[in-house]
Amino acid sequence: MSFVLDIALTHLRSRVRQTVVGVLGVATGVGFSIMMAALMEGSQADFIRQLVDSLPHISVTDETRNPPRQPAETRYDVVQIDGLRTPVVRPGIKNPMAIMASIESWVPGAIAPSVQAKAVIRYAGRDTATSFTGLDPKREQKVSKLATQMRQGSLDALYKATNALILGDGLAKKIGARVGNTVTIVSGAGRTLDCTIVGIAHTGVAQIDDVSSYGLIKTGQILASQIGLVNELRIRVADALQARTVATRIEAETGYKSVSWQEAHEDLLSAFEVRNIIMYTVVGAILLVASFGTFNIVSTITHEKARDIAIMKSLGFRAKSVRRIFVIEAAAIGLIGALIGWGLGYVLTRAMGSIEIKSPFMDSSTIPVLYSPLHYALATVVAVASSLFAGYFPARKAAAVEPVDIIRGAS
Amino acid sequence: MRAPLIETRNATRIIAGDVPATLVADVDVSVSAGEFIAIIGPSGSGKSSLLYLLGLLDRPTSGEVYLEGVATSALDDDSRADMRLATLGFVFQFHFLLPEFSARENIILPMRALRRLSEKAQVARADMLLEQLGLKDHAHKRPDQMSGGQRQRVAIARALANDPKVVLADEPTGNLDTHSGERVLEILNDLVSSGQRAVVMVTHDLALAARADRQIRIVDGRIAI
Repeated sequence: MSFVLDIALTHLRSRVRQTVVGVLGVATGVGFSIMMAALMEGSQADFIRQLVDSLPHISVTDETRNPPRQPAETRYDVVQIDGLRTPVVRPGIKNPMAIMASIESWVPGAIAPSVQAKAVIRYAGRDTATSFTGLDPKREQKVSKLATQMRQGSLDALYKATNALILGDGLAKKIGARVGNTVTIVSGAGRTLDCTIVGIAHTGVAQIDDVSSYGLIKTGQILASQIGLVNELRIRVADALQARTVATRIEAETGYKSVSWQEAHEDLLSAFEVRNIIMYTVVGAILLVASFGTFNIVSTITHEKARDIAIMKSLGFRAKSVRRIFVIEAAAIGLIGALIGWGLGYVLTRAMGSIEIKSPFMDSSTIPVLYSPLHYALATVVAVASSLFAGYFPARKAAAVEPVDIIRGAS
Repeated sequence: MRAPLIETRNATRIIAGDVPATLVADVDVSVSAGEFIAIIGPSGSGKSSLLYLLGLLDRPTSGEVYLEGVATSALDDDSRADMRLATLGFVFQFHFLLPEFSARENIILPMRALRRLSEKAQVARADMLLEQLGLKDHAHKRPDQMSGGQRQRVAIARALANDPKVVLADEPTGNLDTHSGERVLEILNDLVSSGQRAVVMVTHDLALAARADRQIRIVDGRIAI
């Protein structure tokens, strides 16, 4: 062992109480940082996972990003157009099967057609707005997890009754309907259908479960009064993180608005970014505060050891060797603190992860946590760097000691 | 005639301040191998300050200090530290041993810094020095487990660890009883007997100084004739 390391460790060993306090300060900082990161990222990952699971990764609709070009705009350089009205009926995607086949040829994943319609559910004398999705149960199973998110009934039950309907559990609760009840759906086009509830779904995202209802494509077409209508293609890609890139290409190829799950929840994702910045700032501050303990210890040792430092320098120790002794002491406090902090962080994370909660925003029964080696590595790097930073200044002061000043004073 | 190990030429040390204090003024001293020199003088005369200049612990304000012919005052701190480690040994009035380390570890420390010997050879040399100084059974004791005389002998052993050419001792018997002081003096005398090494000792005890080969008397920072 290097004599510098030997001296540094001997200093720490001979001041057990101070060393333990310093190490525990760092360990507590690291432990709570790890726990905090696990909680913040855990809840974020859980929320995003539910979003990604409950919705298709990409939604291609019969809309366009920009309004269609009017003939007059093509004819003249400058045109003022007033009084344009959007058509009452949605045009639907033209040749949806051909487009699906084209997309399927290059997109790794699955695609399913659907019909989206706004409607009102009438039950027990109450009208409640719903977002109706007409889908193909067989294809839908490949693009969303709706089939596995059924609380009652099944997705295939849509085939088993005329105008069968699945409700989101929030919506079912809101209107007080159960499986087997018959409800009336009134579409925006004025069509009225009596539907039988054959299932209750629960995606875990309240804003979906509170308004969604699902039926067959045919039911949606009847509600929209448009036979053959398909106004949305739902796509699930093999790698959810590639959804944005794939959506851009689909939009470029088909001309239809193609929205990835990232774009659909851009505001939420940017809120998470802000949250992460706040989290890492707080975590950094915790570890910085912990490093004050290290500064205190190293300062105390250099003060107490002024005479020893002087004698070492008089014997011929270089200033950098003296500096290294105290920097090693600071690093050792940081490193040992970080290692103990790993254990503390893991235990705290486990403890927090076992707490049961009931949140309207999440489906979890316990607080979601994320175990990531990155949290441990980051906390360690920051803790050791803070300790080194804290130890450097007293170490530099110690190295600058003029031996003759101390020896003269001690003699 | 052998070249001096340490030599000063017009060495002057002034401490700056509102009222500058002259610690050492125009001192010419030469220390050769085989010499046992005592620096004497009244308290505050500049004896220790001269020793610190000779030991490269302090720099002259003007003049020069040569160690084995090398002018040292313009050298950087690291070079001066290296010269101290390899060529000089210090014994102070207080033992200044590192309290957390045993006698053997204290002696080994300068050897570990110099890295001239292997780890095994360092331990062997430390044990040899302890035996020579009558401390064979105290190798594992820490300073607080030894008497004042034993500690001072460990300090001498530490000063000898790297086989220095000059041992500089500042009142080495100042805190010891007569018997221990006598023992320390015998050891210092033995060091020069081989003719390879020099000892420079600061003392205010004229009886001790009389045992040296040569005396340098300092008054008000100057060598008094």
